[in-house]
Amino acid sequence: MSATALPAPGAAAIAVERADALVDAAFGQRLNPMRHLGALGFHFFWICCASGIWVYAGFDTSATGAWESLAAMDRGEWPLGVFARALHRYSADALVAVTALHLVRETARRHYAAFRRFAWLTGLFIVVMMFGAGIGGYWLAWDQLAQWSLTATTEWFDALPVFDGALTRNVIAGEQVSDRLFSLFTFLHIGLPLAMLGAMWAHVQRVSPARTIPPAALAWGSAATLAALSLAKPLSLMPPADLGLLPARIPLDWFYLFPHPAMAWLGPGGLWAAVAAFFAVLAALPWATRVPRAPAARVNLESCNGCARCFADCPYDAVVMVPRTDGRHHPRQAKVDPMLCAGCGICTGACPSSTPFRRGEALVTGIDMPPAAIGELRAELESRTAALEGSPRIVVFGCRWGAAAQALEDRSTATIGFLCAAMVPPSFVEYALRAGADGVLVAGCREGDCEFRTGDALLAARLAGTRRPALRPSVPRERVCLAHAGLTDVAALRSRLELFRADLARLEPRARSRTPPPKRQESRHG
Amino acid sequence: MNAPLRYGLQAVLYAAFAATLGYFSTSPAFEPLPAGHALIRLSLNHAGQRKVACRTRSAEELAKLAPNMRAAEDCPRERAPVRVKVELDGAPVAAIVATPAGLSRDGASVAYRRIPVKAGTHRLRVALADDAAGTFDRVREEEVRLEPGRVLVIDFEPGKGGILLR
Repeated sequence: MSATALPAPGAAAIAVERADALVDAAFGQRLNPMRHLGALGFHFFWICCASGIWVYAGFDTSATGAWESLAAMDRGEWPLGVFARALHRYSADALVAVTALHLVRETARRHYAAFRRFAWLTGLFIVVMMFGAGIGGYWLAWDQLAQWSLTATTEWFDALPVFDGALTRNVIAGEQVSDRLFSLFTFLHIGLPLAMLGAMWAHVQRVSPARTIPPAALAWGSAATLAALSLAKPLSLMPPADLGLLPARIPLDWFYLFPHPAMAWLGPGGLWAAVAAFFAVLAALPWATRVPRAPAARVNLESCNGCARCFADCPYDAVVMVPRTDGRHHPRQAKVDPMLCAGCGICTGACPSSTPFRRGEALVTGIDMPPAAIGELRAELESRTAALEGSPRIVVFGCRWGAAAQALEDRSTATIGFLCAAMVPPSFVEYALRAGADGVLVAGCREGDCEFRTGDALLAARLAGTRRPALRPSVPRERVCLAHAGLTDVAALRSRLELFRADLARLEPRARSRTPPPKRQESRHG
Repeated sequence: MNAPLRYGLQAVLYAAFAATLGYFSTSPAFEPLPAGHALIRLSLNHAGQRKVACRTRSAEELAKLAPNMRAAEDCPRERAPVRVKVELDGAPVAAIVATPAGLSRDGASVAYRRIPVKAGTHRLRVALADDAAGTFDRVREEEVRLEPGRVLVIDFEPGKGGILLR
């Protein structure tokens, strides 16, 4: 691989992975909830909506009747009302929790720049709307907590010169807030989640496929947890709102209402400054920090037949199929949008022209990566395999974002680095075996933890033969090993390699033919 | 790791998640006022008097105006800021100068202050001036008993008696 400055995991990303390892012990890599935070956010959002609709069906939307209607639910006069109210609250809290973790995790992994900028910025809108919808929801109960939260919010907005006290007056000046104002709260609590849903839709527009549903086990497990919590700790209303009283102690939902105590400590102006600074820093991150960007994929029309596998596998929708421009008989050709391209090479791994068995000295694939051209990788594979000694001889295809496979090198082990494990064309595995390797180990990142979202799943499917380009059935599967090893899993990868080596040693020796290279012998692969 | 242990660990993590949600959804409780305190809210929405009084135009002045502009009085739009002073037991606790809204300063003056005070019986004095000279000619003074947690709203509505205590 060339020495071009490429993005690489930082210390924070490694810390995240170490933390993930703790949860891996319980859930396994694939079901680790830390790798499904975005999907869990969608999941909790839907639970919140469903429970909210049920509560709303039994809710009186007037200022004078709201509290009593919820009190009636708590007395059991609305079927499942107590449960639905608690589920509504806890799922909303869970949404904040996973959103916060999602934000921290993506920040630590520097997932905010370049092709991720759009998702990053739309995510910030989601955060704003989530808090707007959540805080507004508390006002609908119109108990003393609602009254205090509403007044604190209006006091905060009144610090802006444009309001200057007018908003709070709406809340405290009369004996009771008006039904018209209360209808506005209801509208906000329904409208903001709808707007938030729109932002969530936009948030996942530049990823393909968007993962908005967590794995079933995780979905059921988290839903059951919320249900159990709702049964174990139902909500309790405070006394009805009384504009002449301020409760001495307020049972605060810190997930949503922490800005109110923050305002008590910082003052309204201080809170505005803190909020503005928080969002300004996050919004500026894509431009303010220097995250190296991998060069975009490049289409070589002479080797592109318009099969659209790169289009199908690109996790960021950076490849589109357009009408042919070079007059060849294929109707379409691939086109890369460099602004969206992550430079992962998954498209190269998907391209049937990446097969090293193609005739000719120079291997040019249909869609290639400038920092790691497939022709150079074939040449490296040939030379490194030819230099192997001892037995069994193993070729390791490593991932730039996984465990450092170079650490495994020895006389009988050669490592070839790829930008992503899914950049490895399955035909490279067969080629290595034909070139003299006794076994091939493909080392990707932890399962479900691909830096480029879907690389691990695509690679596994290709090697299993369930997705094209597939590893051919004639390739002895006992000589191929797929290992999931993250950045901090070098020792585990070494152990996996030694197990694989032991397995290979028990197999029948293979007849080796070092020369000529097999690429000149066959032409139809992939 | 064997399956029962993994499932057990999962249960522990789910329980920890639920406990976190359950606890922080209501705890720790927040005290919006220091113990033994009450709250005075001063809320005002009142248009001050005109900064310059209206004057009657002379016949010559009217003649110079277009026929559709011949209003008998010339009334500059700008209004005086509204000033409010609040004293508790003789000590000032708030002094506000609320400027009129609008580009021409011809709108209502709006103000809001939050004044936490110790609970108990206090001598409250509120004075308001809404003319250009700043004459505090509207005054209300009385003894108020504020229980802990009580919210007293000071308002001003000329049509309902001037300075109101609710």
